Amino acid sequence: MTVLEQPGSSRNKSSLAGPPPTWQPRVDPAPLLPDAEPYRLLGTDAAARLDSGLLTRLYTQLVRGRRYNAQATALTRQGRLAVYPSSTGQEACEVAAALALEDRDWLFPSYRDTLAAVARGLDPVQALTLLRGDWHNGYDPHEHRIAPLCTPLATQLPHAVGLAHAARLKGDEVVALAMVGDGGTSEGDFHEALNFAAIWQAPVVFLVQNNGFAISVPLAKQTAAPSLAHKAVGYGMPGRLVDGNDAPAMHEVLTEAVERARRGGGPTLIEAVTYRIEAHTNADDATRYRSDAEVETWKAHDPIALLERELAARDLLTDDFVGATRDGAEQLAADLRERMNADPEVDPMDLFTHVFAEQTSQLRAQAAQLRAELDAEAAGHTEDAAGTDGSAEEARP
Amino acid sequence: MTTTVPATARKPATMAQALTRALRDAMADDPSVHVMGEDVGTLGGVFRVTDGLAKEFGEDRCTDTALAEAGILGTAVGMAMYGLRPVVEMQFDAFAYPAFEQLISHVARMRNRTRGALTMPLTIRVPYGGGIGGVEHHSDSSEAYYLATPGLQVVTPATVEDAYGLLRAAIASDDPVVFLEPKRLYWSKADWSPDAPTEVAPLGRAAIRRRGSSATLITYGPSLPVCMEAAEAARAEGWDLEVVDLRSLMPFDDETVCASVRRTGRAVVVHESNGFGGPGGEIAARITERCFHHLEAPVLRVAGFDIPYPPPMLERHHLPGVDRILDTVARLQWESDWTEGRGE
Ligand SMILES: Cc1ncc(C[n+]2csc(CCOP(=O)(O)OP(=O)(O)O)c2C)c(N)n1
Repeated sequence: MTVLEQPGSSRNKSSLAGPPPTWQPRVDPAPLLPDAEPYRLLGTDAAARLDSGLLTRLYTQLVRGRRYNAQATALTRQGRLAVYPSSTGQEACEVAAALALEDRDWLFPSYRDTLAAVARGLDPVQALTLLRGDWHNGYDPHEHRIAPLCTPLATQLPHAVGLAHAARLKGDEVVALAMVGDGGTSEGDFHEALNFAAIWQAPVVFLVQNNGFAISVPLAKQTAAPSLAHKAVGYGMPGRLVDGNDAPAMHEVLTEAVERARRGGGPTLIEAVTYRIEAHTNADDATRYRSDAEVETWKAHDPIALLERELAARDLLTDDFVGATRDGAEQLAADLRERMNADPEVDPMDLFTHVFAEQTSQLRAQAAQLRAELDAEAAGHTEDAAGTDGSAEEARP
Repeated sequence: MTTTVPATARKPATMAQALTRALRDAMADDPSVHVMGEDVGTLGGVFRVTDGLAKEFGEDRCTDTALAEAGILGTAVGMAMYGLRPVVEMQFDAFAYPAFEQLISHVARMRNRTRGALTMPLTIRVPYGGGIGGVEHHSDSSEAYYLATPGLQVVTPATVEDAYGLLRAAIASDDPVVFLEPKRLYWSKADWSPDAPTEVAPLGRAAIRRRGSSATLITYGPSLPVCMEAAEAARAEGWDLEVVDLRSLMPFDDETVCASVRRTGRAVVVHESNGFGGPGGEIAARITERCFHHLEAPVLRVAGFDIPYPPPMLERHHLPGVDRILDTVARLQWESDWTEGRGE
């Protein structure tokens, strides 16, 4: 039934008798649609054209990333980290995200993307400050152009759009890459960010790591869309579907999107199909919502193993290379372990230092109160110490 | 710095015009100032506060955005990260709520989280409050929500001159400011010269609008003219009321407020938003903590009722008016009599 056939419609009035003006879609959706299958390079003929240097670089970073994940998880067991959301199994997405960007670009990671930040050059210890709990953010975002790891889901996406838009207004060829999980795509901020980015043609790349679950909730309960990449079409930007465990494919798709954005071609939404091998965090029990068999099928599609096959076919997977890569990763882990095993120094007075540029009288008063409490505490300790030393012993009757 | 302006230079201007002028001057002085929001461009805002800015500075500097408050504020965060000074307009008080996640989780704490490496020199303009006959969702006083969030400055002008000066100061601030515009005062007029504003006060200074000796009315924004009228009316009953206009709820000017209350010995806080959980409770507690021995009576509050904002035909019963303020001032006397009586 068309509008004109509806009961009560004024179809007999001559002014409304004609058909509506011909409607044209604003953008031809066909070129925006993602592939039906995730894009892959490894194991296909196209892999032949890949540069060996890139492959060894990706491999080195994947191995380091996996070792870093294992070390950080171990640190949670020692109580050195409050929590760690591991990206084991997703390293190809993390590493490709870091390597697809130039220095001048900005990365907007979520809480799971420590590895992308580290692969971009961030000090591994600084990357863990949030999770260790000594401060919310352990690094200067300007140093490597990495926004703070974002905990509220999808809220970093509009930031990336705004930054990219501002950069373009200033005439800088800067691209922002924003990372989000499959669950995060259900949030309103995801929608608003994509919509703004497409309207402004902002130089942003959205990378969704679809790792199958939002904590325990599977993708089917997150969306009824054919794929998350399909969502792009509705906003008027291209969507790309890619095998998130295929590091060179990830790198190629991201690099293309970044270059397109830099040329003024606007945003891209990329869905990387991957899998979270570990639980959501060390505090989660994944056996409640998925089977071991499922995990095993994904382990067979491991990003490191996939790349090793290609390297071996090129005779690049030599003992020397593998050994050197492993040693480098061990060195990273040992350094992380050692530095994380030192108690961080925290200054309670910092609580008041960074609330406002200019402290309010109320905060000054509260800072003075804390100072006094700390002084009293310190004096108490001195007294305790005095009570146990030799002179105090002698003073006893 | 106080400049005296010759009377001839001053012409009648509305608060809305003063706000427009503040935006215009800020944009002219600093190319990093960008205005953005719904309908702020071609239309000049539904209250016309951004009138002419898109024409003068171009659509990149005064941008009609998509209809999405979280998106507006969220992208403004990213723009501020890249060195711009966004001035965001939320069309009406109750339509700012979709943006609260960005406001609370990011705007308010970005400086703190990053130890000062990322600052948020953002101004969020929110027309607020009732008294204009608006239908539902067009008259909320949401200041308590903003005040409950550490890291936000909350500013609200009550005079034409302050509308200009405080907005300039808000835009110049390196920290985020929720700039609450009392929409029923948009069309209030004063003789005002945009070329020589008498004083651009730093944020966080209250102003004494009327000197008095027998009690202090503490108020802000839309309730200031009501308090001024009440103070005049109270003279007939022998009350000489001092009126303090807070101008900025955060930072809060304890000094001016407490000095006034210590002089007068009595205080009434007046605001439109609901009393329970409203700013008046915080202000009364501060006064009680600091001025207890100077007080002749409990600190009283005149606030809106604890109800969702009423429909326009009933709003006059909800909003604190002169009579309700006078009744409460009278109770100050009664309360002191009662207190003294019991003490004897
Ligand atoms: C706004 C918001 N709601 C809820 C949470 C709690 N939470 C943290 S992670 C998570 C699941 C996110 O899943 P997904 O987006 O798929 O990312 P993944 O953890 O799989 O990388 C939830 C619900 C949150 N961080 N933010």
